[in-house]
Formats: sequence, structure tokens, C-alpha cells
Amino acid sequence: MTRFDRFIDTFFKPEVMQQYWPDIVSGLFVTCQIAILVIVSGISLGLALAILRSYGFKVINLPIVIFVDLLRALPPLVLILILYFGLPNLGINLSGFLVLWMVLTLVLAAFAEEIFWAGILSVPEGQWQAARSTGLGRFQTLIYVVIPQAVRMTVAPLTNRTIAITKNTALGMVIGVPELLNQATTAQSFAANATPLMMATIAYLILFIPVVYAGRRLEKAYAWRRH
Amino acid sequence: MEQILFQFFNLDIMIQAWPIMLRGFGMTLLLCIVVIPSGLLGGLVVALASTSEKRWIRWPVAVLVDIFRAIPPLALLIMISAGLPFAGIRLSPFTAVCLSFLLNNSAYYGEIYRAGIESIGTGQDEAARSTGLTGFQSMVYVILPQAVRNVLPDLVSNTIEVVKLTSLASVVAFAELLYSADMARSVTYNASPIVMAACFYLVLLWPAVRLASRLERKLST
Amino acid sequence: MSQRLPILTIDNLHLRYGDVDALRGITLEAGTGEMTFLIGPSGSGKSSLLRCCNRLETPTSGKIYVDGEDITQRYINLNRVRRGIGMVFQSFNLYPHMSAKGNVMLALRKVLGKSRAEAEAIALKQLERVGLSDRAGHYPNQLSGGQQQRVAIARSLALEPKIMLFDEPTSALDPELVGEVLKVMRQLKDDGMTMVVVSHEMRFAKAASDHVVFMAEGQIVEAGPPAQIFDEPVAERTRTFLQEAYH
Ligand SMILES: Nc1ncnc2c1ncn2[C@@H]1O[C@H](COP(=O)(O)OP(=O)(O)OP(=O)(O)O)[C@@H](O)[C@H]1O
Ligand SMILES: [Mg+2]
Repeated sequence: MTRFDRFIDTFFKPEVMQQYWPDIVSGLFVTCQIAILVIVSGISLGLALAILRSYGFKVINLPIVIFVDLLRALPPLVLILILYFGLPNLGINLSGFLVLWMVLTLVLAAFAEEIFWAGILSVPEGQWQAARSTGLGRFQTLIYVVIPQAVRMTVAPLTNRTIAITKNTALGMVIGVPELLNQATTAQSFAANATPLMMATIAYLILFIPVVYAGRRLEKAYAWRRH
Repeated sequence: MEQILFQFFNLDIMIQAWPIMLRGFGMTLLLCIVVIPSGLLGGLVVALASTSEKRWIRWPVAVLVDIFRAIPPLALLIMISAGLPFAGIRLSPFTAVCLSFLLNNSAYYGEIYRAGIESIGTGQDEAARSTGLTGFQSMVYVILPQAVRNVLPDLVSNTIEVVKLTSLASVVAFAELLYSADMARSVTYNASPIVMAACFYLVLLWPAVRLASRLERKLST
Repeated sequence: MSQRLPILTIDNLHLRYGDVDALRGITLEAGTGEMTFLIGPSGSGKSSLLRCCNRLETPTSGKIYVDGEDITQRYINLNRVRRGIGMVFQSFNLYPHMSAKGNVMLALRKVLGKSRAEAEAIALKQLERVGLSDRAGHYPNQLSGGQQQRVAIARSLALEPKIMLFDEPTSALDPELVGEVLKVMRQLKDDGMTMVVVSHEMRFAKAASDHVVFMAEGQIVEAGPPAQIFDEPVAERTRTFLQEAYH
């Protein structure tokens, strides 16, 4: 066997591909499912927290800041293990899927809150005064005047952060969620061959490269805003 | 309430687990000491390459950066530690972690430096070049010091991410903090060691998180 | 003007940016110790010409000789060339992370390889020359615009250039700060420095320059001593431009 054949045989073995592609596809499907759920719930929660924070109640703001700090400081895998292995001892049984979704949602919400909050702060005070002087309420001002302007500043960092956190769906492997990486490592140990891992890698690239690219474009488009 | 205390904040178990946790924490610190400087350095190389005037340097680097930003770090780590052995390349868990981190972190740090470099107007480079400095000297003495200052908050918050990422090493059985905690958990059937690990991370990273927010606010105003 | 020693000779210089013809055949000579003043409407190619002289741009065709050396040659050590030609920018471009002294010292140390003590001595001397010896330790953001520009001049002077190029050195300054920079330039002229200046300070041009060159659309429309250009311009374009400029 030539070097090249051996390389193909290790990473791109056709028989292995044929046998395991349904598993990989189902893993990809689960990954997408969690990803979409996390993005929707995480960003909504983050936005809600940022809006709440803009009201400036100390009793609410302190917990929000602590929540954000905690989730920025703790590795998601630690949270996942605490919930997945700790809760059953209290009689609460959550599936791996649910735990993964909850943890990633909280993490994304924390980062999104920070980003939205920075965006809201970046809108000049005059915008608030102008809107309020025309009789708009606080919430209306936020929704119609401030947030549309804040969004310009938040799109790029939020996209990048969302990609980074969505990639953490791979952590589901550790708690038996049948997502992409889990399917691949399982297939790999059955097939005794690295092809499934390569398939998963390629699937990740297909899934994330367009988003990474879009993030880069957005960053460029909004770069002038940050200075 | 008592149940929660018993299951998550069990002092007896924590005291029992203390020595092994401490060793794990030491290993986490060791990982950080290797992985942060190597990422910062690799990122610098990536940034210099991706701001190069030569297209044949810029392009391949941009593609590689996008690839490593698209692959989940855990998938990369497993590819290296479980995939490469099939090709006859066997790395210790420590080496596998360091290698996968180098690839992943260089891409992220590299993007941050690049943004910093691009934030410096061309006038600075022109002024430096007009006094006879070489392109490289201008980069080192004039552009980079300003670029790094401009993206300091991003460098700090990415470093926080890097420290958190070291927890992935537990998946490939490298005995760092989280691995040790999970060991203790599986022996005691109690989540307290993991809560303890969380506390270690908090002690290490909370100040850094505060610093990052402070820097972000300072630079944006 | 019998024996002029040309130190800068520009011969049929062309420069294109993509499909913009910024310079279309510039031919110009400047003698040692002379001040050449470039005037002309916005976009006429004044900055482009200066940038070619410092090789911040590479001309499309044509030659530039500095002290007899062709600096448009393909294989030439640009860093050596640039160190012999000082450039002062409209926006100062001081390094914000270095003190005034540090700004002056950087090239002395890294390009000329001088020791710290030596570089410092030169820096202090040059800062004194522009009247800023008491501001040596200040950072750019602690200096006024006029002071910043004088530091930038000192930064170029420190390398003992044969020629100094000024691209609108006072345009970014508040009116009351313009004088201090012009005073320094005047003093340089009296010290015998060769200078090429792009500026809208017509009164200064009249008083201090040896040569005035009026450019439009990448070409020289008219050139001559200040008295001739300002008082008896030949070309219609020059006349309209000066009328608007004085207004
Ligand atoms: N980097 C560039 N790329 C493309 N076109 C350029 C570039 N720099 C200058 N130009 C064009 O070249 C022409 C000459 O520009 P230049 O800056 O030399 O004019 P100028 O006389 O200095 O004008 P101003 O008084 O406004 O500074 C203009 O049409 C300008 O748009
Ligand atoms: Mg100009």
C-alpha cells in the first residue's frame, strides 16, 4: 500500500463511510436541533435580561450581573456535569439533551446580555431624550429607537459569540446526547477507523464555515461603528 | 434544602477530595501556563500572516483560521487524540491537548490581533516608514503596541475562554481539575466535588471576568 | 540664480491609482537650501507628488533623483532612502504610545543604531530646536496640535535629512497655533534646509519660498518665483485659483 492509500484507508475509507453515514446524518440533525433551540432561547433570554437591566433597579441588576459573571467564569462542561449527575440525586431526572440545552442557553444568554447591554449603552442619551419628548414610553423608546440602533453594534460580536457557544453542542458527547461528535466517536470505536471522525469534522465545517464567513463579513461591515 | 446541601455542598466529601482536587488544579494551571503563551504567540504569527501584503501568505492563513474557528474544540481534540493514532501518530494526552489548543487558540487570538492591527490608521505606518524603519520594525515598535492596547479587553476575555477550555482535557483523560472532580464524583456518587471544581474556576476566573468588563467599559467610553 | 545645485530632480513623473491619473508628467527641480511651495486645488496631486518623493508611493513611470541618486530604481534600499528624506504629515502621526522624546528616539535607535544616551541627546537637541525642550517627557495627547506638529518635525530632523517634505503641516491646526509651526519652518529655511511644502498659507509662501509651483489635475500649470506667481500669474487657471484662495 502506498502512503496515500494508507491515508485514504485511515481517514476516508469508503466502506466505513457507507456504513456510518446514516448515523452521522442523524447526529448532524440532533446538533442542528440543539443549536437552533439554544440560539433562539439564549438570545431571547439575553435580550430580555438586557432590557430588564436598562430599567436600572438595583435589586434586579445585581443578580443579573452576578449571573453573567458566573456564566462567563465557569466552563460549560462543569455546569453540564453538575446538572446531569447532581440533579438525579435530588430525584430530578433530566435527559442529557435537556441539560445540554439548558446550560448552553444560560451561557449564551449571559454573553448576549453583556453584548446587548453594551449596545444599549452606546446609544447616545440624546436619542432617549428625543424619543421621550415625543411621548414614547420607556419600553417603546427601547424597542423602537434604542435597540434598532444598538443592534448595529451587537450583530458582529453576537454572531461570533453565538458560533463559539453553538459549537459547544459537541459537549453533549460527554453526557450521551446522540449529537454529531458522539455518533462519530461511537462509530469510530466500532469501525476501529478514523473515518467517522473525519466525516464529523467535515460535517462541522459544512455547518459552521458559512456562519463563520458571515460573521467575518458582518464584522467588516460594522467595523466603522466601533471607533 | 438539606438534600441540596448534602448532594452539592457536602463538606465531608469535599475535605476527602481536597488532595486530589488540589493536584488537578495544579495540572490545570500547568496546562494554562503552556497553552496561553503558545496561543498568544501562535496568534501573533497568524495575525502577521493575515495582514501580510502578499496574497499567497494571506489567503491560506485566512482559510485555516476559518476552518479552526468552525470546528468545535472538543471535536478537534478528539480528532487529534483518538483519530491520529489510526494513522500511527500517538500523542500523550498532554501533547494532544496542547496541540489542539495551539491550533484552535492561534486562530482566535490571531483574529483579535488582526482586528487590533487594522484599527491603527495607515498614517502611523507611513510616519514610521518615512523615518526609515522597516516594515517589520514599524509593526513591532509602532503598530503592535497600539494594536494590543486597543484589543486588550478582547485578549483578556479570550484568555478566560482558553482557561475554561482546558476543562475539555478531562474528556481525553488528562488529570486536570475537572477530571479529578469527576473521578471523585464517580467514587462518592455525589456532585460536591464538581461544585468544588466550579469554585476553583471561580476563584481563578472571576477576577479576570471583572477585569475584562472593566476594560471593555473603559475602552468604549 | 547662476549656480543652482539641484538636490531634488523630478523628471516626467507619472502615477496612477487604478484608473485615476494622479500625476501626469511632473518635471521639477529644487536647489539646495531652497523652499519649493506646491499649491493647487484639492485632488490636483500635491500629496501624491510628495509621497512619491519619499517612496510611500511607487511612481508608474518617470524618475526622481535625490542628490544625484535615482530613488525610483527598482532594487534600492527604501529604508535608507527614506531616512534621508524627512516627511511631515497633516495629521502629525505621532506615536501615541511614546513620549515626545520617545517619538524622536525610535528611528535614531532602530534605524541608525545609536545608543540610548546618544539618541536621547540628539532628541533633546532637536526638540530644543523646535522650542519644545520642556515638553520632552509629554505624550502626544498631552500636547497641543501645534506642539505635536513641532515634535513631528523634530522627529524627521533628527535623522539629518537632505530634504524635508511637508504635506499641509498646518491644515489640522487651530488658527492661533499655525504661527508657531510656520516659525519653525522659517527657521529651518534660514538654517539652509531644502524643503518642499504643500500648504495653503499663501502669505507664508510669499515671504519665505523661493519657488512656487501651481498644480492642477496632475500637471504643473505654472511655476516661478513667488512674486511672479502671486502678482503676475500667466495662466487663467492660476488666476482663478488664487482669487478663490485669497477669498
Ligand atoms: N490611495 C489612493 N487610491 C486611489 N486614488 C487616490 C489615492 N490617493 C489619491 N488618489 C487620487 O489621486 C488624485 C490626487 O490626490 P492627492 O491626494 O495627491 O491630491 P491633493 O492635491 O493632495 O489634494 P488635497 O488638497 O485634497 O490634499 C485624486 O484624484 C485622488 O482622488
Ligand atoms: Mg493632499
